[in-house]
Amino acid sequence: MSLSLDLQLGFGAFRLAVQTDLPLAGITAIFGHSGSGKSTLLRVIAGLETGATGRVAMGPEVWQGPGQLTPPHLRGIGYVFQDTRLFNHLSVAGNLAYADSRAKSLPGPGWEDVVRALDLAPLLNRRPQTLSGGEASRVAMGRALLTRPRLLLMDEPLSALDEARKAEILPYLERLRDQMGIPILYVSHSTAEVARLADHLVILEAGAIRLQGPVAALLADPAAARSFGLREAGAVIKARIAAQEPDGLTRLETSAGPLLLPHVAASLGTELRVRILAQDVLLSREAPQGLSALNILPATVQSLRIGEGPGAFVQLRAGNDLLLARITRRSVAALSLEPGSPCFAILKSVSVAPFNIGGR
Amino acid sequence: MTTFFNEAPPDLGPLWLTLHLAAITTLLLLIFGTPLAWWLAHTKSRAKPLAEALTALPLVLPPTVLGFYLLILFSPTSSFGAFWVTVTGESLTFSFTGLVIASMVYSLPFAVQPLQAAFEAIGRAPLEAAAMLRASPLDRFATVAAPLAARGFLTAGVLSFAHTLGEFGVVLMVGGNIPGQTKVISIAIYEHVETLRYAEAHLLAAILLLFSFSVLVLVYSLNRRFPMGGRA
Repeated sequence: MSLSLDLQLGFGAFRLAVQTDLPLAGITAIFGHSGSGKSTLLRVIAGLETGATGRVAMGPEVWQGPGQLTPPHLRGIGYVFQDTRLFNHLSVAGNLAYADSRAKSLPGPGWEDVVRALDLAPLLNRRPQTLSGGEASRVAMGRALLTRPRLLLMDEPLSALDEARKAEILPYLERLRDQMGIPILYVSHSTAEVARLADHLVILEAGAIRLQGPVAALLADPAAARSFGLREAGAVIKARIAAQEPDGLTRLETSAGPLLLPHVAASLGTELRVRILAQDVLLSREAPQGLSALNILPATVQSLRIGEGPGAFVQLRAGNDLLLARITRRSVAALSLEPGSPCFAILKSVSVAPFNIGGR
Repeated sequence: MTTFFNEAPPDLGPLWLTLHLAAITTLLLLIFGTPLAWWLAHTKSRAKPLAEALTALPLVLPPTVLGFYLLILFSPTSSFGAFWVTVTGESLTFSFTGLVIASMVYSLPFAVQPLQAAFEAIGRAPLEAAAMLRASPLDRFATVAAPLAARGFLTAGVLSFAHTLGEFGVVLMVGGNIPGQTKVISIAIYEHVETLRYAEAHLLAAILLLFSFSVLVLVYSLNRRFPMGGRA
C-alpha cells in the first residue's frame, strides 16, 4: 500500500507541487524548514485545503482526482495538530470518547490499548485547559488513534514542548510506531526527531521534494547534509545492547564493532538506533593508540563532498552501516582521503546525547 | 378625569401578549438566524458586506421607517401580502402573525450579530479537528460549534427577547392596537399615558422594568458561571 500524490497548491508567492509515492509503513517523516510547505502538504492529504488540485490516492482508493473529492471526515485519517486542538468544552475522557464513539465498529486500537500505551488513565477526568503541554500532546495522539485511522498524520506534535517534555513523549511515539501498525506521516523541522523516529524520509524545500529515501541512507548522504544543517547532520546506526559495564558504560554491538556509550537504561538484547553527529566523528588513517576516545571503528570511505567553505562531508561504510563525518578540506587532503580509502572512525562515548539513542 | 381606576382590575393582557410575541420571535430568530450567522461567519463571498449591511439595517433605521415598509409589504395589495392571503386566508396587517414577522425583522441584528461573533471566535480549527475525528458537517455543528458558541446563543436569545419586548414604532405601524392581537405592552403604556391613566401605566412599566432587569441579571450571572460556554 502506498500514498500516491500528484498535487499542486499555490497561494501568493508560495507554490506547493509534490509528485511522489510514499510507502505506508512505519513512520514517514516530512522534513523541512518553516515555510517549506510541509504542514500544507499534510492538510492537502487530509482534504482540509480546498484550493489544492491534482490527485491524492491511498492504495486503490482515490481521495482526490478529476471530479472526485472525498470530504475529510470520510477519509479515515487521524490528524494530530501542532496546537493539539482538544475540545475545551469536553473533558479528556469526552475528547477521547468523541473519536471512539464515531469509530466503534472499525478495526484498530481499543480504548484500553490507547489509554495504556499513552498513560492517559490519570488524565481522564481533567479539563484540557488544565493539561501541561506534554499531557495535551498525549491526549491529542490518543484521540487521533481512537478514530481507528488507516493513516495517521502528525504535524510537529512535539514542537511546542521543551527538550525535557520531548524526551518524555518520544518513547510513546516509538511505541505507537511499533505497536499500533498504523502508517504515520510525521511532519517535523527537527533533524533529531526525524533521526530518532522515521523509517522513511522526505525532504521538502520551497514546496517541492528535494530528496527522499530510507532514513539511514538519507541521513548518511553528504548531499542531504545541507538540508539538515551542518551541525545537525549525522548518520544513524543500528545497535543492540550487549553488556552493562561495571563502570557505568553500556556496551553496544553494531555491525561495525563494539560501541561504548554512557549508561543506556534498557535490557540486554534491546535493539536501538544511535545517531552519531557528523561533527563528533574523527578520522584517522592509522589505528590510533593512547587516545581517550573509547570507540574506534574500522571503516572505508564511501563518498566525499567538499563544501563551499573549509569543510567536507565524508560518508563511511562501517560494517553494514553508514556513518557521516564532517572534517576540514585540509584534513581530507592531509589524509589523502578518497572513495575506497580505509580509515578509522573515532567517537567519544560522551558525545552521544541520550536524546540521540532511541528504540529500533 | 376618571376617579375609579383604583377599583378596576389591572389589565395584564398586553403583558402576556408581549411575552408570547417575544418568545415566538426569539425562537424563530434563533432557528433562522443561526444559518445566516454561520454563513456570514464563514463565507468568503463578495456578497458578505451586502448581507451584513442588510442584517444591520434595523439597528439604524427609525422603527417607523421599518414599520412603514413592512406595512406596505404586508398589505394585501402587494404581491407578498396577496400571496400570504391566498395561502393562509388571513391578512398580515394588524394581525399577530404580521407582528411576529415584523419583530423578526426588527430584532434580526440582535440575534445574528452575537451568533456571528461567536462562530467567528470559534474559528475553523476545532471544526477541522472534529472533521478529522470522523464527524460530518452537521455533527460538527451540533457537537462542537454549538456548545462552544453557547454564550453567543444565550446572548442572542436574550437580546432578541428584550429588544422585542421594547418594540413600539414597528408595532404601531403594522399592528395597530387590537387587544389580544396586537396590543403589546409598550402600546398599552402609551395609550394609558395618553388617556392620563398613570396608575395603569405605572403598573405595566414597573413590571416591564423589573422583568427586564431580572433577565439581564440572570444572563450576566450565567455568563460568569460558564465562561467557556457551558460544560458537558
